[in-house]
Amino acid sequence: MKKLLVALATTVAVLGIAPAASAQEKAKICFIYVGSKTDGGWTQAHDIGRQELEKELGDKIETQFLENVPEGPDAERAIERLARSGCGLIFTTSFGFMDATIKIAAKFPDVKFEHATGYKTAPNVATYNSRFYEGRYIQGQIAAKMSEKGVAGYIASFPIPEVVMGINAFVIGARAVNPDFKIKVVWANTWFDPGKEADAAKALIDQGVDIITQHTDTTAPMQVAAERGIKAFGQASDMIAAGPQTQLTAIVDTWGAYYVKRTKAFLDGTWSTSSSWDGLKDGILTMAPYTNMPDDVKAMAEETEAKIKSGELKPFTGPLNKQDGSPWLKEGETADDATLLGMNFYVEGVDDKLPQ
Amino acid sequence: MGIVEAILFSVITAATPLVLAALGELVAERSGVLNLGVEGMMIMGAVCAFAATQLIGSPYAGILAGIAAGAVFSLLFGFLTLTLVANQVATGLALTLLGLGVSGMLGESFLGMQGIKLQPIAIPLLSKIPVVGPLLFRQDAIFYASVAILVGVHLFLFKSRAGLKLRAVGDSHSSAHALGVNVIRTRYLAVLFGGACAGLAGAQLSLVYTPQWVENMSAGRGWIALALVVFASWRPWRVVAGGYLFGAVSISQLHAQAFGIGIPSQFLTALPYIATIVVLILISHNRRMTLINTPASLGKPFVPDR
Amino acid sequence: MRIELEKRAKASALFSILSPFIALALTILFGGVMFALLGKNPVTALYSFFVEPLSEVWSLHELAIKAAPLILIGVGLSVCFRSNNWNIGAEGQFIMGAIAGSALPVLFYDWQSPLLLPLMMLLGMIGGALFAAIPAFLKAHMNTNEILTSLMLVYVAQLFLDWLVRGPWRNPQGMNFPETRTFGADAVLPEMLASGRMHWGFAFAIVAAVLVWFMMRYTLKGFEITVLGQSERAGRFAGFSSRKMIWFSMLFSGALAGLAGISEVSGAMQQLRPVISPGYGFTAIIVAFLGRLNPLGIAAAGLVLALTYLGGEAAQLSIGVSDKVTRVFQGLLLFFVLSCDALIHYRVRLVWDRFAAVKTEEAH
Repeated sequence: MKKLLVALATTVAVLGIAPAASAQEKAKICFIYVGSKTDGGWTQAHDIGRQELEKELGDKIETQFLENVPEGPDAERAIERLARSGCGLIFTTSFGFMDATIKIAAKFPDVKFEHATGYKTAPNVATYNSRFYEGRYIQGQIAAKMSEKGVAGYIASFPIPEVVMGINAFVIGARAVNPDFKIKVVWANTWFDPGKEADAAKALIDQGVDIITQHTDTTAPMQVAAERGIKAFGQASDMIAAGPQTQLTAIVDTWGAYYVKRTKAFLDGTWSTSSSWDGLKDGILTMAPYTNMPDDVKAMAEETEAKIKSGELKPFTGPLNKQDGSPWLKEGETADDATLLGMNFYVEGVDDKLPQ
Repeated sequence: MGIVEAILFSVITAATPLVLAALGELVAERSGVLNLGVEGMMIMGAVCAFAATQLIGSPYAGILAGIAAGAVFSLLFGFLTLTLVANQVATGLALTLLGLGVSGMLGESFLGMQGIKLQPIAIPLLSKIPVVGPLLFRQDAIFYASVAILVGVHLFLFKSRAGLKLRAVGDSHSSAHALGVNVIRTRYLAVLFGGACAGLAGAQLSLVYTPQWVENMSAGRGWIALALVVFASWRPWRVVAGGYLFGAVSISQLHAQAFGIGIPSQFLTALPYIATIVVLILISHNRRMTLINTPASLGKPFVPDR
Repeated sequence: MRIELEKRAKASALFSILSPFIALALTILFGGVMFALLGKNPVTALYSFFVEPLSEVWSLHELAIKAAPLILIGVGLSVCFRSNNWNIGAEGQFIMGAIAGSALPVLFYDWQSPLLLPLMMLLGMIGGALFAAIPAFLKAHMNTNEILTSLMLVYVAQLFLDWLVRGPWRNPQGMNFPETRTFGADAVLPEMLASGRMHWGFAFAIVAAVLVWFMMRYTLKGFEITVLGQSERAGRFAGFSSRKMIWFSMLFSGALAGLAGISEVSGAMQQLRPVISPGYGFTAIIVAFLGRLNPLGIAAAGLVLALTYLGGEAAQLSIGVSDKVTRVFQGLLLFFVLSCDALIHYRVRLVWDRFAAVKTEEAH
């Protein structure tokens, strides 16, 4: 074995292609993905952001990525590998990479890290997130207008604050239009299983909902909604192709703008740690075209979007009650970011129970 | 459609791939070959079925491609385990690994494409029967195929000479060999059939269940199919019962959630697995019945003496 | 042309050493062609896979971390498989061991003591063993097939862990994210050397491999396992109970899987999260057979498989292939290793002429 390895190593050395640090001056910007870069959902959205970054700053930087990295010790190894291979700025794009990022960052003080959707920072670790809930609020309003039965079905992945926040924003938006609006929640306990997501959509429709919204990654629920002739919302990317007559709008994750902004700061030497939580106004999420709805609903949606962008409307503004009817926010009071990021309770109108 | 019919309809769609793959694996195991690569063959079937449908434009071409892909992939397993007598358990697991990788590579250019759904075929007269008609006689070709395969496998195994030989090979390959049965050829054919069925099950996933291609879309269904064969103690009808039981519990738990019964979803999601165990305990008290149906040579390599 | 095998009278010592290298050579050949067809430099690719992960100290540590659970679980499973008990639910036992062992640092967060770590390891083994006791009991006393029960229980364990870290065991200071508190210092399995992250879990794996090797080779228990595995009848004549063996082998492998679980959590993660294993319990089945169910072979196989994971990552970076390609390459390697093992017990002959084959058959 050893001989063989030595032989191989020599061949490599002779051919002069040993993967030693290249003499290029381009800065290396690197990404760690939890899924496959073509998963059609979360990871793909990040990869599109990476491609935009390359397009924008390709003359100054090159990008590298590792995909399908399991959370835990594997993530630590993968991040360390990137740090050692000369990456200057590393984006770790899943919540589960948080502690691994912090640990490796402590070892490599000269490398900058950006962790998505977490809450731990360090001098060389920033966090970034997107106010997806702003989009969900708009969707809730549309749902309340479009639903004849006043009940929407919500296919959820896992009970984490991000998802709970989304459910609440949707309900608050819907109830702003129709105070009696209700939603039914099904937890698929997966991000990614088209069959199961389809089954969940079918179950919800069979129980009488006439709008489907999802917080899972595949287009399967959209396909089912199309088949059954009801309306639905897309998730993470524009899913209009899966339901040309079905999709009302979709929340599209558009990370590219943020990646470009931070990379520029990194190149300028002005990068410093921060916890950024951008929203519709910053372009970190965008709404897919409002389709398959009457003009007045579309106008309402556009108006809401504009108000959110201008800061005039904040979805989590009182008066709001918690699920059991106890008061949460007083008239005019808005929820602070810390509460939202750790959200673990439902607001009034959700027909489900959260595991505590 | 009433809610009960609606639920049953979802159950059939969810159970068909399990039943198909399990019936195929059952035949392979009856011949004494344990192929743990069902998941890999299934995902190959799914990607090839989807690709062929896109390229040729007909889901029926997709079905054929799915069957072929599963079969070809199973031949790889057969070559290793039957010709080169490699360990069956490890080879099967490696096949699953390879299948997930190869399907991901093949499918890359088909991601995000809109699938073409295999349309149901209404059977004249029968489809008019209330309740049963729409459920059983307004289905797609793959469902009908699963029924035909069930009946076929049952008749073949228990009513035909060839089936008797196959079971003999699975029970004692040396005796079968002594009686002049070509053990290796029988096993090759059984493995091939298992692969074809797994491929067809994969085709159902990407043409009927969710007409799209995404990586890893089989999401562990091959493993459930394997468990179902054991659940059925190697009897075809029980495979079907098990598959539909599993499907029914899976769908019902989603309905229970949508209904809002307030039990943590993790417990509800675990129900199909627990239910399968409990039912297996209830039906396996009769040790002799189980032994009779268990292929005694399962997983054991055979090399003819010369 | 066809291939004929002829059983050797005795396993070939030469080929049992040589066959992995033949397999490696074939993998390099076919893998090289595959990379070339994909338009990648095969030399760089193979270098990344097999050499790069071994060329740096930190990476060797990572190799040990990745291999430790595979070896520990695989060694336990070898006892099961040798005694003909088909425990394929080691993944679940790994998880339950991790949960049981983590109970102390999670529930008694403030308790720091040198006793803590040994107790955690012990609890981990008990947790894994108890979870394996379910299929053991069902097989031994209810006649229920262990392949199904152990596999189905994997899903149950995964969902149970998921519920725990999102519900009762969630870190109260963790913004309601699904993970437990980070363990206190006394609950962390220490690193073995200053030069990297490798922790004592790897030592457990090697010790377990050596002990089980000794047991299988030199003790009565080892003989009992082998005899019962080969023939229940023969075992009964020798006075061995197959029912007791079901219990022994399942609990034993469950305990090792549980130890692997708690070592991984305590040594490499320091907390529980919704997913703590990328399928170690299943991969370890391959490892067990790659190592030919011999504990020392399993240790080697675990290291080789871990190497392909690390190498796959290195290749993603150096030649820019997707991780699917690296998985296919891994599959290739496994196939070649498994098929080359045929050389140990059989003489392999290519028969070119149909008639020649018929003639030899007649001659017999």
